[in-house]
Amino acid sequence: MQNRKPMMLSGLEPLIIDENSNFINVGERCNVAGSKKFLRLIKEESFEEALAIARNQVDGGAQILDVNMDDGLIDGKEAMVNFLNLIQSEPDIAKIPVMIDSSKWDIIEAGLKCVQGKSVVNSISLKSGKDEFVKQAKLIKKYGAATVVMAFDEDGQADTYQRRIDICKRSYDILVDEVGFAAQDIIFDPNVFPVATGMEEHRTNGIDFFKATEWITNNLPHANVSGGVSNISFSFRGNNTVREAMHSAFLYHAGKAGMKVGIVNPTMLEIYDDIDKELLIKVEDVLLNRTEDATEALIEFAETVKGTKKKEADVAEWRSLDAVARVQYSLVKGITEFIEADVEEIRLTYSESLEVIEGPLMGGMNKVGDLFGEGKMFLPQVVKSARVMKKAVSYLQPFLEQEKDSCSLSAGKIILATVKGDVHDIGKNIVKVVLECNNFEVIDLGVMIPNDKIIEAAIQHKADIIGVSGLITPSLEEMADLAKMLDEKGLDIPLIVGGATTSKAHTAVKIDPNYRNIVAHSNDASKSIQVISDIINPKKKEAYKQKLKSEYKEVRTEYLKRKEAKKFVDISTAKTNSSTLNFDDYTPVEPRYLGASNVMHISLSELKKYIDWTYFFRAWELVGKFPAILTDDKIGEEATKLYNDALELLDVIIDKHLLKARAVFGIYQAKSNGEVVTVKNPNFEAEKQENEFTDFVFPRQQKEKKAGATYSSLSDYIAPENDYLGMFAVTAGIGTNELANFYAEQGDDYKSILVKAIADRLAEAASEYLHKEIRTNYWGYSAEDNLSNNDLIAEKYDGIRPAPGYPACPNHKDKKRIFDLLGVSEKIGIELTESYAMQPVASVSGFYFANPNAKYFGVGLMKNDQINRIAELSGESVNELKKLYSASL
Amino acid sequence: MKYNIKEELKKRRLVLDGAMGTMIQKLELTEEDFRGDRFKNWSLPLKGNNDILVLTKPEAIKQIHAEYFEAGADIAETNTFSGTTIAQSDYACEELVYEINFEGAKIAREIADEFTAKNTEKPRFVAGSMGPTNRTASLSPDVSNPGARNVTYDELVEAYSEQVRGLMDGGCDVLMVETIFDTLNAKAAMFACETVFEEKGKKLPIMISGTLTDASGRTLSGQTVEAFLISVSHMDLLSVGLNCAFGAKDMQPHLHALAAKSPFMVSAHPNAGLPNAFGEYDQTPDEMGIEIKPFLKEKNLGIIGGCCGSTPAHIEAIANQVKNS
Repeated sequence: MQNRKPMMLSGLEPLIIDENSNFINVGERCNVAGSKKFLRLIKEESFEEALAIARNQVDGGAQILDVNMDDGLIDGKEAMVNFLNLIQSEPDIAKIPVMIDSSKWDIIEAGLKCVQGKSVVNSISLKSGKDEFVKQAKLIKKYGAATVVMAFDEDGQADTYQRRIDICKRSYDILVDEVGFAAQDIIFDPNVFPVATGMEEHRTNGIDFFKATEWITNNLPHANVSGGVSNISFSFRGNNTVREAMHSAFLYHAGKAGMKVGIVNPTMLEIYDDIDKELLIKVEDVLLNRTEDATEALIEFAETVKGTKKKEADVAEWRSLDAVARVQYSLVKGITEFIEADVEEIRLTYSESLEVIEGPLMGGMNKVGDLFGEGKMFLPQVVKSARVMKKAVSYLQPFLEQEKDSCSLSAGKIILATVKGDVHDIGKNIVKVVLECNNFEVIDLGVMIPNDKIIEAAIQHKADIIGVSGLITPSLEEMADLAKMLDEKGLDIPLIVGGATTSKAHTAVKIDPNYRNIVAHSNDASKSIQVISDIINPKKKEAYKQKLKSEYKEVRTEYLKRKEAKKFVDISTAKTNSSTLNFDDYTPVEPRYLGASNVMHISLSELKKYIDWTYFFRAWELVGKFPAILTDDKIGEEATKLYNDALELLDVIIDKHLLKARAVFGIYQAKSNGEVVTVKNPNFEAEKQENEFTDFVFPRQQKEKKAGATYSSLSDYIAPENDYLGMFAVTAGIGTNELANFYAEQGDDYKSILVKAIADRLAEAASEYLHKEIRTNYWGYSAEDNLSNNDLIAEKYDGIRPAPGYPACPNHKDKKRIFDLLGVSEKIGIELTESYAMQPVASVSGFYFANPNAKYFGVGLMKNDQINRIAELSGESVNELKKLYSASL
Repeated sequence: MKYNIKEELKKRRLVLDGAMGTMIQKLELTEEDFRGDRFKNWSLPLKGNNDILVLTKPEAIKQIHAEYFEAGADIAETNTFSGTTIAQSDYACEELVYEINFEGAKIAREIADEFTAKNTEKPRFVAGSMGPTNRTASLSPDVSNPGARNVTYDELVEAYSEQVRGLMDGGCDVLMVETIFDTLNAKAAMFACETVFEEKGKKLPIMISGTLTDASGRTLSGQTVEAFLISVSHMDLLSVGLNCAFGAKDMQPHLHALAAKSPFMVSAHPNAGLPNAFGEYDQTPDEMGIEIKPFLKEKNLGIIGGCCGSTPAHIEAIANQVKNS
């Protein structure tokens, strides 16, 4: 016989069934006729849950997904189309081929019109005569599917060996010779019928199936055989030990005879070699019809078998400790693998589950807290420990609820939020984890939370403390407002502020005076614990408050004194002494392209090379330069672990395309006049923009300097005529929230925070990458560039890319102008909040100044005369500008 | 004398022409040019409806085909990429679909025959171009309703059938379902071909060419190259291949994977490199010629040409590589 041709099927991925394939299992739970649950879900239109059934089967190893909607009470055609369409949006499910299962041809045909892959029809047969059979087979071929052919003809279902092979032979000849159907795309189902029913004619049901399978394999070239395995054990319903043994023995013999495909519930299958030897003999006697009394013997034996299975676990040394020690070991080491089993073991020895938490678990976490406090553990480890704790507590949750013990074991209740208009939450999430590790109950309101909502939640939950966070400067204003609102409402809830933009000075000067109760600044997750413990302790609280208030008062006085001592020059004086470059011997390089670019898709594997890891470690409070930090005496070991975890996750992200990086940029003709840079949009009509010209006002330094020194504004880097200004926005955050939430829902805060920290680094890497493309290609003003990543980090190239909201151009609202010009939101989906923070968080936007003499600087503090001037120039109100520049005033 | 592309392919590799859009763009045609006299009062703007130029500027389209043949192409693709009722509905030109395909095929046929007559050793062929339409049968247009579709299989079959009738009547040698980003659309196109073949009692060879969306090597509808191949292998194809989305360098590994598994001849028409951020193709003909060299190592590669950004100069560079291989 010639070599067998493989049967090739496909979903999103290929499935090739050839001689070397193991048994191909068809998932059968998406069948309204076979699963009451699935039927109910389809009737109720609970498609999410119905899809979950499909997904479970794929996860459980199904290689083909059977879908059957044959039920009198539903519109089978509509249900089939709808469900197959829904599957198509779920890549984890759609990756495997579908088996379109119906006894009604119109449902099958409707299904065939929905699947892009090569699917399997289940089924056709000669039941209604040859004409119908040929017609359907031709269409299946035209639609491009394989098909199951039942051993069924005009006289009924084949139930003997001879009838089976006769019908299969006849069907095969019609399909191959008359229809031109590919023989390898035929799957015969020679009918699996029950054995050991007590009826004489059923004795040969097993052996006839095997023989027919073997005959088909040997005589009908390339054709395949399939069967519904569970039918065979029908008479032993209720006795799973026997059924499982029968299924695997059946599969063993059918497989030997050539059956490649079948429907079997994987959980109802014993490993052939593990079947009790005596049971196996009796089962095979029945299947193969080997002895006269096979049925009776199996029935008799079935009464006596009870199966229990045990699995051995890996035993590491620490696993031989007692359960409490093992739990604490897991907590300190961040191992989740055994925690549930160990907690269960402890639980059985305690009268109440709460005691398990208060005792061994809190004991372990206290140890973690101590080690952290002593600097023997580091933030990434603590977050991993929290993951273990969370898993332990959620395991105990149902028991706690049963015991109806609602007494609080928390050390205090804390409301956490990122303020209105701000979306940055890595720091807040780390603080949350650390607090939870220290036995505080945290109510995390999320990001962009208006002050009234924060106060409402604090009152509702009877919070002991409110903690708010923010990264961008407008968030400072929100925090000051929150303090004022708390005061006006006469509340006595201590307020803690933190986040990259906050400072002790700002807290002392702008927030503390607004609230008669405690306001504390803490920028460090590890230190915030101490602050909170002091505040929450009724014995210490009052003293702490006095101490804090007087400390901030001192800071305030100092600050004001220094401020008075500081001298400012008038804006007009500053302007006369501007840092305007010499443009006489400088000819701006004409860019290759003018106007806004299309969307750029940046490959993450390319970006990996551009990552500045130093800042990644800083997000975890591990301070040191990369790569030296990896070998640091104190934190090297933890930094290395964190680095490896990050690289591993990054590879998964790259491999599975879990995050996406996109960019858009534009280069425009520009001219400067004082602090105003005007850019011209060449395509403003095509882009349906209101104005051809956009003004950017760049504030100027005003702090008095030595005589002869200059006062800088970014506008000084643009020539009065015939120059260019570039701008850009990049994001690497597409998919971040979904992925971070995915891990958070699994209780894995560590990975959830890791995802966000990596996305931030990728965004910075993307902006580095893009800048290089601009310099060397699109603007093309610099031929460099064999600069290494270290050179790039050290900014050894011409030109700068300052970002709005940062020292050289502190006005966040410039982002809005950039976004409008480039069409950022429409093109790459970054949105601005009312405080001009970007969402997704892992995004960067800014300007490109090409002049080789352009340098970064900080505008620093400004005076009101400049605000009035900017108001004149920009047409914005003084009040709005005061808010936008609040951090500079 | 009638030449047979299947037979010719057994003898030698064939060169497919390059981009039509890039060449039309260079003509800098105005709205008036697109309309011509016939559609002077058409209710919608027609600029951008490249396919209608076979009716309003047939000589210009013929000239482009001629330039590609001159450069060494063996196969001209008709200017009918969007010639379905579905794609033409953007311009309210559904009624013109048969005519567009018929004329598109006829123009290409005439110029191909001219070139064949000049050199019968190198017969030229016409491939009827069938684009993916601007709708997709496997993906939902509505994020909140993943089960929704804005086109059905039956609608696609109907639209493609009309296109195939025009292309066959106009004199194509082969039908080319190309730039496939959703395999279900392609399967509907194949179903339409088969249906029209049955109708006319006549068959044409079929070329299938898929498009991968990014470096993950999957189609927009999510299939791997091999799954795509399996999904379209139910017909006896002249060739299966890849086009668009990538330059030759990035396409090469995917084409290699396809060639290794394909029971059919393989085709490739990559873009002239990757578009830059302003949508333009910077790759020179020489660069493209060098980048396609590894393609020629695939034993079953039968047809090679260019997609977006390629010009007669690019095709000439490719034809030279093919000649030298």
